[in-house]
Amino acid sequence: MAEQTYRVEMKNINKSFGGVKALNDVQLTVKPGEIHALMGENGAGKSTLMKILSGAIQKDSGQVFLDGCEIFVKSPKEANDLGISIIYQEFALVPHLTVAENIFIDRLSEDNKGFISWKKLRGSARQLLDELGFNDIKETEIVSDLSIAYQQVVEIVKSLSRNSKVLVLDEPTALLTNKETRHLFRLLLDLKEKKNVSIIYISHRLEEVFEICDSVTVFKDGTYVDSVDIKDINEQELVTMMIGREMSDYFPERNCKIGEETFRVTDLNNGRMVRNINFGVCKGEVLGISGLVGSGRTETIRAIIGADKKESGKIELYGKELNIKCPRDAFKNKIGFLPEDRKNQGVLLELPIRHNATISCLSRYTGPCGWIYKNNETKDVTELTGKMNLKCSSIEAPVKSLSGGNQQKVSLSKLIASQCDVLIFDEPTRGVDVGAKREIYALINSLAEQGYTIIMVSSEMAEIVGMCDRALVFRNGTIAGELNGSEITEQNIIKYAMGVGENATCN
Amino acid sequence: MQLATDSCAKKTRMTPGQFFLKHNTLIIFFILLIISSLASPSFLTKQNVFNVLRQQAPIVVMALGLLLVLLTGGIDLSAGSIAAVGGMLIAMMVNKVGNTVGSLFLSVIVMLVLGVIIGLIMGVLITKVKMPAFITTLAFMTIGRGAAYMFTSGQPVRLNKELPGALWLINFGSKTSPALGIPWAVIVYAVIIAIFAIVMKYTSFGRLIIASGSNAEAVRLSGVSVNKYITSAYMICSCMAVLGGILITARAAIGTPSAADGYEMDAIAGCVIGGTSLSGGKGKVGLTILGVFTLAMIGNIMNLLSIASYPQQVIKGLIIIGAVILQNLSSKKE
Repeated sequence: MAEQTYRVEMKNINKSFGGVKALNDVQLTVKPGEIHALMGENGAGKSTLMKILSGAIQKDSGQVFLDGCEIFVKSPKEANDLGISIIYQEFALVPHLTVAENIFIDRLSEDNKGFISWKKLRGSARQLLDELGFNDIKETEIVSDLSIAYQQVVEIVKSLSRNSKVLVLDEPTALLTNKETRHLFRLLLDLKEKKNVSIIYISHRLEEVFEICDSVTVFKDGTYVDSVDIKDINEQELVTMMIGREMSDYFPERNCKIGEETFRVTDLNNGRMVRNINFGVCKGEVLGISGLVGSGRTETIRAIIGADKKESGKIELYGKELNIKCPRDAFKNKIGFLPEDRKNQGVLLELPIRHNATISCLSRYTGPCGWIYKNNETKDVTELTGKMNLKCSSIEAPVKSLSGGNQQKVSLSKLIASQCDVLIFDEPTRGVDVGAKREIYALINSLAEQGYTIIMVSSEMAEIVGMCDRALVFRNGTIAGELNGSEITEQNIIKYAMGVGENATCN
Repeated sequence: MQLATDSCAKKTRMTPGQFFLKHNTLIIFFILLIISSLASPSFLTKQNVFNVLRQQAPIVVMALGLLLVLLTGGIDLSAGSIAAVGGMLIAMMVNKVGNTVGSLFLSVIVMLVLGVIIGLIMGVLITKVKMPAFITTLAFMTIGRGAAYMFTSGQPVRLNKELPGALWLINFGSKTSPALGIPWAVIVYAVIIAIFAIVMKYTSFGRLIIASGSNAEAVRLSGVSVNKYITSAYMICSCMAVLGGILITARAAIGTPSAADGYEMDAIAGCVIGGTSLSGGKGKVGLTILGVFTLAMIGNIMNLLSIASYPQQVIKGLIIIGAVILQNLSSKKE
């Protein structure tokens, strides 16, 4: 039978989240002892599929086979018991415990009636580490004292100690230095050859995929595109596969004159993620900021509006330098911000829509002693939510009772009510259905037409291509490229974001 | 406009169970009220009711301060100790300078300012130095209690009746007002309750306190200085604690360093029974007061039925657990 040649086979997998289809009839096959890359843009469904494989979430329909037998995984523990381990970007390690304790965290006292045999625990950990060639990691070391790379190794050792047959790595090198990456690759190749482990490798870095992977599967918008052997494909072809279909035409037309430059950021620095950022934006312009997750987009914005303390840099509005130390200063200086994480940063879920909408501009509705003129407030909020076509039973309803798209509209209302001149949107359409997306695009367009200065950060390349007059592509905390008008294509964005043919373009 | 179409139509009748869960604080309060008045004929007498109302004065004002702190998602364990400090210092001060009624009022104001300053220190430690509220206020609980004993090496301070200021304070604590014979202390806290209720409902201060507790990061990113609101909650809480201490001293005509021991726990329990969430962002002034009196009523009826004090504490604890389980059920049902 054909299935028996595969270590992992996932067939016709479907998964929806609250009506939004995350995976549409996708498949994945991984042979024993191969490193299989899983690629696609942000939101293509890679992580969702891996979560299904590891039991963190349940599929709606479809089949999963392990070594030819159908499996029904209900929880991460069951997946572990079957030999499937997944290593997320945030490790599941206990920082204050030692390496040995972490490796055997679920079996600390297995055959010792509740007492830990420290000698045996450390001995087994030592043995495992030696076997994998990590003589320099001490089993008695506290995990939080290790480098990120070694923490990752501990995580891998932990899963191998359970005799994993399938190892899933989600962007393992995102936080590693070059040297650490080398180290990790050596380990992965060893595992593949000596232990016949199948590795599913999620990464955005093309060069890595070509270096260590044997085959690649590409997803796009929750659908399966193709699977090929790495040796049958080159970088350009892979990029084309990831972009795939032509763009749908749901970006409404914008009709506006771009005015003079209003907002400028000069030499902004903040740690590793924000290095020497320089750019300007004009009145009526929509500037896109693109780049992969972890490229420093959000960090740059947070440094601009004072959500994080910046190390250095100048921020000017209308040629006047602003002193922004906290988000309050930003709003006071007419720079408004829509955070990317709606639930944790954008809205107050328990509070009514009315309270959410006016929180940035409450002083406009207050008289002596902070007395709130509720009638004015209600009138304005009703008008605003009406204009935004926000669907709610009343503006007194708590935000948590709304759908994702409508919650986002509340967050947007708050930004618009703040009456800022510069509007910075970080992922304005994340977690929002297609209908609401279109409305949000139309709203951003009308704001640009009214003469606002707009910066839009987005992981969705189609959005940057469809919406922006100009785009900056971030990579490793710097601006890797600037694209104007018709230059803004997914091809070019990916090129800069992933550093394809970097040597040629850098000069 | 498409507003108010689908969701409005869905409004259905609540089942009795849902109704009970929604208004559980109120319903439990009235059930206890009815049971108590049936269980003991002396419960609903004017004397007993006024007695309970007067006894609860310090707890009520402290609960109001604590409500603000809890709304921001914090906690203040120091309230009882700060009350003891306030109670001791006011007695010492009045005995020293209480020649006139005016100097009494001045002393009270000085004490309240002192409370505000203590709260400011705690607030800064919590918001700027980023110390956990639990630890910060635990430290102040110890410091406050220790200080209260240190002032007089542990001796209580009896108010000197010869002095007009001290006499005024004693009269305030023990006498009743001409209005229906309501005790003065009760009138004072009724006014304070009204102020709190209005501030929390109708002013930006109240709204932003609640918002800060609901999701501090979101509020900060909306351009509001969250730290300012959190710090002011502690300032008000300590100020209310000092006021509580003054009320205790006025009532007893004596400042005791061991006064108000554990009162902060009764105040917190009152808030929680009234549906205040310990994780912040949820709580009402009216329900908090109801919570405080629910607890007070339980204690009072058990006293009237002459239940011994040890089992009383056990029963009180069990009732708190029951109340909180109900709160959880009702918030889940939402």
